[in-house]
Amino acid sequence: MIAPAKSGLNLTLKVWRQSNREASGEFKTYELSNISTDMSFLEMLDVLNQQLISRGEEPVAFDHDCREGICGMCGVMINGQPHGPDRNVTTCQLHMRRFRDGDTIVIEPWRAEAFPVLRDLVVDRTSFDRIIQQGGFVSVNTGSAPEANSLPVPRVKQERAMDAAACIGCGACVAACKNASAMLFVSAKVSHLSHLPQGGGERASRVLGMIGQMDREGFGACTNTGECEAACPANISLWNIAVLNREYIRASLASNVQ
Amino acid sequence: MSAVVESPTKILDGKCPTGDIAMRWETRKRELKLVAPNNRRKFTVIVVGTGLAGGSAAASLGELGYNVLSFCVQDSPRRAHSIAAQGGINAAKNYQNDSDSHWRLFYDTVKGGDYRSRESNVYRLAQLSTSIIDQCVAQGVPFAREYGGTLANRSFGGAQVSRTFYCKGQTGQQLLLGAYQALMRQVTAGRVKMFARYEMLDLVMVDGVARGIVTRNLVTGKIESFAADAVVLCTGGYGNVYYLSTNAKNCNVTAAWRCHKRGALFANPCYTQIHPTCIPVSGDHQSKLTLMSESLRNDGRVWVPRNKDETRPPGQIPEADRKYYLEEKYPSYGNLAPRDVSSRAAKEQCDAGFGVGPGGQSVYLDFAAAIARDGESTIRAKYGNLFEMYERITDEDPYKVPMRIYPAVHYTMGGLWVDYNLQSNIPGLFVLGEANFSDHGANRLGASALMQGLADGYFVIPYTIADHFARNLAKKKDEKLSTDHPAFKEAVIESRNQTEKLLSINGKRSVEQFHRALGKIMWDKVGMARNAAGLQTAIEQIRQLRQEFWEDVRVMGSPDSLNQNLEHAGRVADFLEFGELLAWDALQRDESCGGHFREEHQTPDGECVRNDQDFCHVSAWEFQGAGQTPVLHKEPLEFIECPLTTRSYK
Repeated sequence: MIAPAKSGLNLTLKVWRQSNREASGEFKTYELSNISTDMSFLEMLDVLNQQLISRGEEPVAFDHDCREGICGMCGVMINGQPHGPDRNVTTCQLHMRRFRDGDTIVIEPWRAEAFPVLRDLVVDRTSFDRIIQQGGFVSVNTGSAPEANSLPVPRVKQERAMDAAACIGCGACVAACKNASAMLFVSAKVSHLSHLPQGGGERASRVLGMIGQMDREGFGACTNTGECEAACPANISLWNIAVLNREYIRASLASNVQ
Repeated sequence: MSAVVESPTKILDGKCPTGDIAMRWETRKRELKLVAPNNRRKFTVIVVGTGLAGGSAAASLGELGYNVLSFCVQDSPRRAHSIAAQGGINAAKNYQNDSDSHWRLFYDTVKGGDYRSRESNVYRLAQLSTSIIDQCVAQGVPFAREYGGTLANRSFGGAQVSRTFYCKGQTGQQLLLGAYQALMRQVTAGRVKMFARYEMLDLVMVDGVARGIVTRNLVTGKIESFAADAVVLCTGGYGNVYYLSTNAKNCNVTAAWRCHKRGALFANPCYTQIHPTCIPVSGDHQSKLTLMSESLRNDGRVWVPRNKDETRPPGQIPEADRKYYLEEKYPSYGNLAPRDVSSRAAKEQCDAGFGVGPGGQSVYLDFAAAIARDGESTIRAKYGNLFEMYERITDEDPYKVPMRIYPAVHYTMGGLWVDYNLQSNIPGLFVLGEANFSDHGANRLGASALMQGLADGYFVIPYTIADHFARNLAKKKDEKLSTDHPAFKEAVIESRNQTEKLLSINGKRSVEQFHRALGKIMWDKVGMARNAAGLQTAIEQIRQLRQEFWEDVRVMGSPDSLNQNLEHAGRVADFLEFGELLAWDALQRDESCGGHFREEHQTPDGECVRNDQDFCHVSAWEFQGAGQTPVLHKEPLEFIECPLTTRSYK
């Protein structure tokens, strides 16, 4: 039934503050008291910001929107882990019951050359959009689709496609990777579409285009460490990177796409 | 505005085609003028918002060859709040052979909306629904399938057929990614220019026609303007006027409200949807509410204990001591009664003292019977991600104890008034998706929001916008309107002034405090049940709060930087004006219908009592200044195909 009431947490926060893209940033330390364990992590940051405003200080900028784990907007490094200590969870779905009274929590933005910091904990992830622009779609104009049931898709394939398509584009995989590689993100989209008959004609150009853009954006190479999978809030499997590699080799060797 | 003065009234025409309802859209398409492919590149369209409506519209208009400027407040168009829709999308495919048809989807939607929507619009929506599924499948949307490879369906509230297509509990995400990918393809093709982290602050009109917008770059703070030949507003709903809602935190009424202040009529703002299955509030820190998909009501049974002083844990309460109030009260629809009906029933039980959980402010949604019948693995396959989300938030395991749920603000049926072509009363300003008022009447059925957003964006606006260009701008297509025009310069200065004013007050209370205070007034007096005295009080309180806001708000930071506090302040300033209109509309609509429940108008067992004699119309309000009584424009509604009758789900 209802969990017994717990007393609030007293916390020390070390938060990255940076006023804009060009400025150099630094950690600032803040104390919070009596934080309810039922709060989400972002609600705890809301409390911090209300305190800062009441003291006449600028609140901490952080990205967030749906606060139910699906939009992919939120995401910070919490004690060195993207989205914090829980598996398969975004920052907004992390709850303060995961922390202990007296804890020190270090909060930083994603760190990657391809994700420049815009302010405090906010980074620019438009590099992900530019990767999708290089083939992460099926080229079908509105109105030219055939009847939906005219092309059956075996359930197993559909489920694999769905599992890969669940990527929320938050960037935790990049933040977790020692090379700041975007392979898990790219593989999720390539794998999603490669399991479906739709867009099959674009298989080769898709994978070559997306990989090429990933490299141009300054993401690092993949060394199959698997940190990305461990950090992913949407449960995207490393297996998709194997699919991506297969698609890439197939496209490189067996097609004449430039 | 004064709460006692009657509004002056004008009559409004929705410009619907006439004749056989199944032929009306065909008729209109024949009447609509076209723009030839080689001329389309001469027209520029601004699309604000990148959810299902905005994303699909921008992509489709780009494919047709128009120049599209697409704006969103998020860091990427893929994050618009459509992404959070869980359960599914309706379409009259009749794949299940259970007697579904365009007509039946139309009928269910009109009835579900409690006879306050436009028949012509709803029939078109039902007709277009099937093309949406085709389009999404072709884009690679991984809808659930049967083992044989054909598409699967499930049932949703307010329907006795299975017509809902779904992708696990992430249907909105997958549909939005489909539209987003189509949009990204057009960016590569050079047909769409993307402006992410831009907020629309004003509409610019030249000679009475919508010709552009003013925006704030949310990274640099720069306020600038953009010119175009049409503006397509796809900026979603206004549920966050209640502070606590299932809407994303960045959802707001600002773009729509600023258009309203420029002359666009705001229709039926009092039609708000309170969703029955949300996770209850856990404390004062609560920043938003989380929906548990309506699809859960396919297998979950809603109940409360029969005895008010029940102390046993739910699993130990025997069947005889449980009240399955939806099944008892609405035997033919049971747990799948529509949202407004289910929400009020939950409130009724809690108000009568049968509620469970802290403060008695929730009811049980129990899966024990479904788990016993189908096995835990089947239930896990269907709803696993929802169950996990529930456990993360509440720290309770719904496989073992029933979920606790309570209604929360979820969707807004009201919005800017549009005609059948989705054009507002301002020529050149089109409004799509949740931002308009058109298709759901006084209550939206589950899985119909996604359908409407995509119908508007993929299959309506591409046809109707061409007509606007061909009729009104054909001779001007080679003249390029510049933002040097005085109308743009004035609008930019006005927006800058408002920004500076917000930063200069330097009072004592935060924006957040004002927003929470407004939300409390709205929820207490303009929420699930409303009455005249409460609404009049709400109007007074909102006016008072608005005055305090402009005297005592404290907004931190500078105008020329990434400043989320300033963004929030601008949105709350608009909510403080809009909330008054919502309450005013609720006061003037002296009847109960759908999500608008006036306590003065109910049956002895708590059902809505409509007043078709006096209120079978759309109430579209014309702005006269903040705090001034708005002018009412009435669009009479006709029900020929679905004759007016008392809605019953018993």
